[in-house]
Amino acid sequence: MYDLVVIGGGPAGLAAAYQAYQHGLRNILILERDKELGGILNQCIHNGFGLHRFGEQLTGPEYAGRFIKMLNDTNVQVSLDTMVLDVTPDKKVHCVSKKEGYRIIDAKSVILCMGCRERTRGAIGIPGTRPAGIYTAGTAQRYANIEGYMVGKRVLILGSGDIGLIMARRMTLEGAKVLACVELMPYSSGLTRNIVQCLQDFNIPLYLSHTITDIQGNGRVEKVIVAKVGPDRKPIPGTEMEFDCDTILLSVGLIPENELTRQAGIEMDPHTKGAVVYENMETSIPGVFASGNVVQVHDLVDFVSGESELAGASAAEYVEKGEPESGRVLNLQVGDGVGYTVPQRVRMGNVDKNVTVSFRVRRIYGTSSIVVKSGDTVVARFKRERMTPGEMEHITLPRVLLEKAPQDTLTVQAEEAQKS
Amino acid sequence: MYDVAIIGCGVVGAATAYALSRYDMKVVVLEAENDVAEGATKANSAILHAGFDPEPNTSMARLNVDGIALAKQICDRLDVPYKICGSLVLALSPEELPHLQHLYDNGIANGVPDIHLLSAEETLQREPNLSKTVQGALWAPSAGIISPWEYALAMIEVAVRNGVELRRSCPVSNIRKKDGVFSVSIPSDTVEAKYVINAAGVYSDKIHNMICKPSFHIIPTRGEYYVLDKNEGELVHSTIFQCPSKVGKGVLVSPTVDGNLIVGPNAEEVGPEDRGCTAAGLSFIAETARRSVPGFSLGDSIRNFAGVRANVDTGDFIIGEAPDVENFIDLAGIKSPGLSSSAAIALEVIKIFQKKRVLPEKKKDYKDGRKKIHFKQLSAEEKAKLVHEHPEYGRVICRCETVTEGEILNAIHSDVPARTIDGVKRRCNAGMGRCQGGFCGPRVLEILCRELHIDPLQVLQDRDGSYVLESETKQGGKHHV
Repeated sequence: MYDLVVIGGGPAGLAAAYQAYQHGLRNILILERDKELGGILNQCIHNGFGLHRFGEQLTGPEYAGRFIKMLNDTNVQVSLDTMVLDVTPDKKVHCVSKKEGYRIIDAKSVILCMGCRERTRGAIGIPGTRPAGIYTAGTAQRYANIEGYMVGKRVLILGSGDIGLIMARRMTLEGAKVLACVELMPYSSGLTRNIVQCLQDFNIPLYLSHTITDIQGNGRVEKVIVAKVGPDRKPIPGTEMEFDCDTILLSVGLIPENELTRQAGIEMDPHTKGAVVYENMETSIPGVFASGNVVQVHDLVDFVSGESELAGASAAEYVEKGEPESGRVLNLQVGDGVGYTVPQRVRMGNVDKNVTVSFRVRRIYGTSSIVVKSGDTVVARFKRERMTPGEMEHITLPRVLLEKAPQDTLTVQAEEAQKS
Repeated sequence: MYDVAIIGCGVVGAATAYALSRYDMKVVVLEAENDVAEGATKANSAILHAGFDPEPNTSMARLNVDGIALAKQICDRLDVPYKICGSLVLALSPEELPHLQHLYDNGIANGVPDIHLLSAEETLQREPNLSKTVQGALWAPSAGIISPWEYALAMIEVAVRNGVELRRSCPVSNIRKKDGVFSVSIPSDTVEAKYVINAAGVYSDKIHNMICKPSFHIIPTRGEYYVLDKNEGELVHSTIFQCPSKVGKGVLVSPTVDGNLIVGPNAEEVGPEDRGCTAAGLSFIAETARRSVPGFSLGDSIRNFAGVRANVDTGDFIIGEAPDVENFIDLAGIKSPGLSSSAAIALEVIKIFQKKRVLPEKKKDYKDGRKKIHFKQLSAEEKAKLVHEHPEYGRVICRCETVTEGEILNAIHSDVPARTIDGVKRRCNAGMGRCQGGFCGPRVLEILCRELHIDPLQVLQDRDGSYVLESETKQGGKHHV
């Protein structure tokens, strides 16, 4: 029987396992699908990781390496090339590997750290033929950075997610011609620094409020038609542009990878597409926690690590002390302009000083406020200069304010500042 | 010299090859594409139609009802996924109710078993997620769903195992006949055969016209589809049709054998190679399907595709020896319900040979049957045992569909081996899930290279020309070693 089984050895799993160890657990196992630890960080050979956490710019493998090194000094066990097939509500973890066969592992606690996957062409229904040459940005990144192959030489990028932007620069540096980055929305979903460093610095045009209306080609992509879209996001006839290209990279969003979560019967949040979690990252099954991109898609790995350390510490506390005292439970709800919140529930009995809530807004806000309400009562208000859907927001709610909430629901909403 | 050359290896060509492979004759199958089942067979609704749509006394009516019964037997024997889930045709307005009666009468005349008309309440009881506007429905319990490419693959695999020769990437460019022997031209070769069977799908008129007088015209008709995530797969439990229109059976919503939900098709006359989706077509099928099943979420779409069906200007299947060329047999204009009918169509060929008194003895050492390993479907104990005996089943390559390396190796080393990434997908489902091969694609490519001893740059996604990788990076493919 393990104290803790961590599913996934990417940044979330590494940080969660290490923190659980720091909090006293000694019998910890990480199950990783791939042949090495680190997850998607291994294919992210660009730098910019770790600014918040380590105060320096690391590459993905370097960032992962720091955590792997810390784990080397513990007795945390790792099973690589091992796929988890099932997690049951009584915390039996079914997994399989070539080396160790089929195993059913008993755990006192489990942390789900499966990360996320990229949305594909089918998810957004792009018209046209179905030739080869259409890749998610992450797949192209794997081919380039791990396998050493280029997927094409004349590239159009749809969507402006960070991996797409990073790949615009990477493909350019490798000698490909990146013709344009096309974004449906009137704003980019990527980090501002990536727009500057990956597109502007290489004179790659960014077409906001545009989309692909047709893909042509039989064996391989030959031509792509792009058109401007109106406020209803429908293409405007007569605005079409033709691009002769052999490759389309898609960077149109990430979806948390929750097959195991769903199978286990854990309550899901339709907004995040991840598990509903409490203030300590615990899911609806006691002793099963979740953290990282499997819960919500983060902008920066530094935040993944932070969230996962909370999950790791919480798992240790659960194993040592059992289920925390619940007390009053507050339900967080999304209000105007807010896409989701994490956590979705707060057990007052388990709140020490305060609770940090993360969320994303649904459009760009200038000078504005984040308002937390309980019924008609404003519990807290936070001023912001600017908010965009591309950058995750965090607010810290002190316990003393939460106690004043007249109702058991808290609504988080965004408000544009009054124009004077 | 072959006894028989079959042109085309879609489901009709494959079924014919399977039927003929029992007999002591030399058969070659010539497929234009680099894999089998690449035309309408891989891109259709994947439905086993009960058989009430065709007008009585047509070939379609007879072969559909016979074909579905045969299909069930073949699927059981060859380990092809199918499910008899029944189908409902909905009347969504009072005006459509008489049409249900018409279909019911057809069904009775065609010998469709156990059909009956349901009231609105009975319909909604059966399928609670249907539109509340439903007025009644025709229930056909014998209808089902199937994996269409797996069906074709299974039949051609068994045929090949029993001596049928399959030649892929062999488009036929010409057919001549001299002294009772056909010469069929394929790239850099000519195949000689006593009989030619035309199962060329949307090109069956062109093949026919290479040697016969034009007597029919194929009207390639495109149908577009959505495939939705398994999250949506429980929305309906049977195939939901609307009342048919002039151009087809209308838009359906159906579970698939893999547990997804399929929505489509429309019907649009196009060229034989027009397999693209259009924004207008996709929004039409979504809107139309919502009339019967309002609740599906397009946000859970994982793939769109379009198939081109071989509609024909004669209205019925064209099955038989060409009147002007002896020993040239057309299996043409096999539009819907062609998939359901295919096994019965193949038996028509046997009957033609019997009638001509040229059918040889059956093979004595015939090896029928096929068994596949589907790791995902095994119990925990069976999985443990399998991995213990064969560790390659312990490595999961496709995480969406839980497909193991062992299954991929089976696909690459099968009787009709996979040579492309999509070829692997069709044989074992790797890449069929919601990430559509984004994760497992590079790993399947690696296995293909290793097993086939080819360079990564040679690997194709699917059809000829569909290369996956363009070049090495500046540092090359080995920098990480």
